Amino acid sequence: MKARTSCLLGSLSAALVAFVLASPRVSAADKVDPVADARAFQNFFFQKFPNVKHEDFVNGPYSLNEDMKRQWQEKEEFPPYEFALDAGKEMFATPFKNGKTYADCFPNGGIGVRQNYPYFDTKEGKVVTLELALNRCREANGEAPYSYVKDEMASLTAYMAFTSRGKTMDIRIPDDPRALEAFENGKRYFYTRRGQMNFSCASCHVQSPGERIRAEILAPALGILNAMPIYRSEWSGMGTTSRRFITCNSQTRAVPLEPQSDEYRDVEYFLSYVANGLPISGPGARP
Amino acid sequence: MCFEHYISANETLNLTLRNDALTAFPRKSALLLSLVVLTGLAARPAWAQSTVTEGQKLAFDRGKGNCLTCHVIKGGDLPGTIGPELKDLKVKYPDRNELAAILFDETKRNPQTMMPPFGRNRILTDQEISAIVDFLQTL
Ligand code: HEC
Ligand code: HEC
Repeated sequence: MKARTSCLLGSLSAALVAFVLASPRVSAADKVDPVADARAFQNFFFQKFPNVKHEDFVNGPYSLNEDMKRQWQEKEEFPPYEFALDAGKEMFATPFKNGKTYADCFPNGGIGVRQNYPYFDTKEGKVVTLELALNRCREANGEAPYSYVKDEMASLTAYMAFTSRGKTMDIRIPDDPRALEAFENGKRYFYTRRGQMNFSCASCHVQSPGERIRAEILAPALGILNAMPIYRSEWSGMGTTSRRFITCNSQTRAVPLEPQSDEYRDVEYFLSYVANGLPISGPGARP
Repeated sequence: MCFEHYISANETLNLTLRNDALTAFPRKSALLLSLVVLTGLAARPAWAQSTVTEGQKLAFDRGKGNCLTCHVIKGGDLPGTIGPELKDLKVKYPDRNELAAILFDETKRNPQTMMPPFGRNRILTDQEISAIVDFLQTL
């Protein structure tokens, strides 16, 4: 019987167990407590990688491996995302046909605000990501929306991230049961195993960060969105958060969701919230 | 800790028979086949080499076992580091059914494992698992 209970416990994901261990106040039938979750989540990674500076977690696989860190520093001298950044800056400044610009859709004219996305919109009752907000801005101004996974969207978010570099992630959960539910739903999505390979997002990014899966070094889940969007040689181009989620799902033979589906929005909300306090580092470059 | 859930040798055998039945293999020939396999294992005639080669191919094939994603295996390129190096397995697991069980569904032994349940999720058939086990026993 005792062995059984421990097996059941074992079937919870590593980090969920870590939550329980790290905060004894959280009981089995726990209430949603994002503050405690974020603290436990961060502590899990800080303890697992005591030599990594906290603000370095936002550099994905590079944070965990000295050789790669050197590669990254070399890359940053001629960053492969530069063309996207330039394009994004120009697009951002170019008025729509109606004369308005992206700046009209965002607080502070869209400059230095990346750290506040995604946010929970209490009117809509849903999570709104930066990519979604950009397309809504376009549509509100009579322009066709961009593909969520292609270059234009990545260029725009690259520019907005760049103007926010160094600002710390600052995601709020308003006093609204639906916001808590979105957080919880994102957390559940993140820890649920799926697909023929039976992986959860956490299998790779919580259980195995720093390990090589074939030739690739797995990024830690902590701060995993702070560098978005990213340039990847494998893609020969830029990729948005949507593109990365879809790629991770399909590479593990799980059915990818539509970009900006509720689950993806919620998982982005969860991952961004638990990265609160860590700096924006996007756009990023990856091998 | 969770070893009481380990697939027993009998269960594995049953699964083999059930799956053969599913693929409309006459049960008798399936039994005969496993007898042949058993005899083969004892004697290791020349043709057994071919299941080993087949097993290695399946283990390395990215669309099949793709074991190199996580394991260092002698003879394979670009291995990952998520699982332990696969070597000396005959010493560690003298009973081939133990290896078959690990491939069939390692979550039985370790609910948190990263290793995909190749048999349970039908990534590999029982015959394919068996060939890979033959290969693993040579490591
Ligand atoms: C079987 C492994 C695996 C699973 C499961 C997986 N990923 Fe990934 N993920 C990778 C690999 C490999 C990369 C590329 C290397 C890296 O950056 O980690 C990656 C990269 C990422 C990145 C970009 C990190 C960076 O800095 O470049 C994000 C974000 C991400 N994954 C999110 C997710 C989410 C969300 C899920 C679940 C829906 C998920 N992943 C599931 C393997 C996986
Ligand atoms: C995505 C990762 C992954 C893949 C793919 C994978 N394994 Fe594993 N494997 C592991 C891990 C992790 C362990 C460690 C034990 C555990 O987690 O329960 C393991 C353990 C094992 C063991 C036990 C080793 C020992 O020394 O006790 C064997 C045998 C094994 N794997 C064989 C295979 C074979 C054969 C394949 C391909 C058909 C394969 N694995 C594919 C992750 C993987």
